[in-house]
Amino acid sequence: MALIDLLTKKKSVIVSRWFDAVLESYPQETATFMKSQKNRFANPVGCTLAKEVEDVYSALLKGSGDTEITPFLDNIVRIRAVQDFSASAAVSFVFLLKRVVRQELGKEIKQNDLTDELLAFESQVDKLALLSFDIYMSCREKIYEIRVNEARSNVHMLLRKAKLICDDPDSDSEVG
Amino acid sequence: MTGSPNWYEIIMTGIAERLDKYRSFKLFLDICVRWGACADKCHFYIGSGDPKNMPVLRAELLRSIYRRDFTTAGKLFGKFAGGRKLTPLIIKEWFYYFYQCTECRRCSVFCPYGIDTAEITIMARELLNLIGCQIDWIITPVANCYQTGNHLGIQPHAFKEILDFLLDDIETNTGVKMEPTFNRKGAEILFLTPSGDVFADPGIYTAMGYMILFHYLDLDYTWSTYASEGGNFGFFTSHEMMKRLNSKMYAEAKRLGVKWILGGECGHMWRVINQYMGTMNEPADFLEVPKSPITGTVFDNASQIKMVHIAQFTADLIKNNKLNLDKSRNDYLKVTWHDSCNTSRGMGFLEEPRYVLKNVVNNFYEMPPNTIREQTFCCGSGSGLNAGENMDIRLRGGLPRANAVKHVHDKHGVNCLGCICAIDRAVLTASMDFWVPGVRVAGLHELVANALVLEGENERTTNLRGEEIADLMEENEE
Repeated sequence: MALIDLLTKKKSVIVSRWFDAVLESYPQETATFMKSQKNRFANPVGCTLAKEVEDVYSALLKGSGDTEITPFLDNIVRIRAVQDFSASAAVSFVFLLKRVVRQELGKEIKQNDLTDELLAFESQVDKLALLSFDIYMSCREKIYEIRVNEARSNVHMLLRKAKLICDDPDSDSEVG
Repeated sequence: MTGSPNWYEIIMTGIAERLDKYRSFKLFLDICVRWGACADKCHFYIGSGDPKNMPVLRAELLRSIYRRDFTTAGKLFGKFAGGRKLTPLIIKEWFYYFYQCTECRRCSVFCPYGIDTAEITIMARELLNLIGCQIDWIITPVANCYQTGNHLGIQPHAFKEILDFLLDDIETNTGVKMEPTFNRKGAEILFLTPSGDVFADPGIYTAMGYMILFHYLDLDYTWSTYASEGGNFGFFTSHEMMKRLNSKMYAEAKRLGVKWILGGECGHMWRVINQYMGTMNEPADFLEVPKSPITGTVFDNASQIKMVHIAQFTADLIKNNKLNLDKSRNDYLKVTWHDSCNTSRGMGFLEEPRYVLKNVVNNFYEMPPNTIREQTFCCGSGSGLNAGENMDIRLRGGLPRANAVKHVHDKHGVNCLGCICAIDRAVLTASMDFWVPGVRVAGLHELVANALVLEGENERTTNLRGEEIADLMEENEE
């Protein structure tokens, strides 16, 4: 049996345990809430994490490319980029999948001599981590861009009054 | 650590004074049984996952100090009765968590005892303020507002010049020249709005909307360059400061000799007026019960405060067929409605804005029921937290609201989030930019004015933002 078959067969338990592992990065009370509250408007973080780890896993099994997998990762990383995590902690959820797969399938992998396939799969997971880090950085850059834009918007009319913004709508040149 | 060597005594005396003065404070500290119904209702808890952002636990940060030193059980049993001794670390904890509460009161909707946790936050912030722990974003606007008239400290001549810019833009986009008056004694109505509508993008388009509507009605109104701020950051400082800034608006109404006050789209200005003014300032007996000069409607609900919210004023105009509206001009917009916490939970203002909105746009979609009306989610940046340095906190606090917007954006193609709060207009713009790109934020009266057919207007090929309507329609069809 190939590793992909095992990963497919055990999809629901792997996804569930991966989700649990991700929740371990939150305090116990919060993890319980995020897991139990199923209304996605009352619990956007928990519901997003639950949905997207499954989407990411399915995409991995399908061998999807970066373009297809990025939106799923983005939904997770965008949240963790504004929560109180360091950059490494924010994207560390990706590596947890390796741990879960080894724990769940370790025995079968040994029995079926699938170590090479496991290494190939883990390389795919590493790639996801790099992708997640790119997304994390783009989120942080976006936040700083928003801060600058907001600072300008808050005093938009004052800048205009001080002639620091060009008054001619046909021109977008600015000074100062 | 606090800069005040006797900080401990100041806080303890401060708690004692407030327990004596505000029955609600004592009641809310005493009656919580930690039922936990509020626990998962706070947008900061939902977004951050930090248990100390559960309203019950956040309040416990102060309640534990109260319990140890102000209750018999606490005095006898100390920590076994849930008491804690106040330490510098706890002051830091207060500063961190009470500035992660936007006083939105969503938690109080779910509390079986009706505990208003916002009141506890208000008191905690007052106490912190006593020992000099405050944030610049609040205290500087308060000083500016009191000394000069508005949060940014813009002086009268500059205030008028900025509105002149907006009048130029109105003329460019509508072809109609308008000439409002300033500080005019004897006007029938004094118009007040948060200064964010005058200085900040996209609030300025709402300010243009007010002036267009008043011009259309030929309303006998005046702006004031002294009471040039409807916002009241005193609300986030102390009761005394809230009272002082609120009274300034009424002092100006008295000086100008107006009959009543019309208020713009603001959040906490209305919460202060509706929830606190009745027992805070002297009655505004020198003003008349507001009566619309256009429809003759008497606003009995404002008989005490003598101030009418513009959404209510406009809803009455529409109900009485006084406005010529072409809502197809807003057809490039698919709008959803954000109930601002202060106007919805603070004053029960749910139907009026929706009534106006439905009369000025063709495409309106509600967000899910547990995210609107009384259960509305906060923008995440109210109560003075709308500073840029708080952006991470703001974005996680704003996540539940943005998540609901994303739902209608994905499902119906919603591209506009309407609201009646100046802080919302500023901060939801940032929130949408991060969470739901492609959704703009607009005040109600920006949408009203874009639909309003003016006498002598040009072809109205552009909206108030100067955007070509044909281009926007085309984009929307793609």
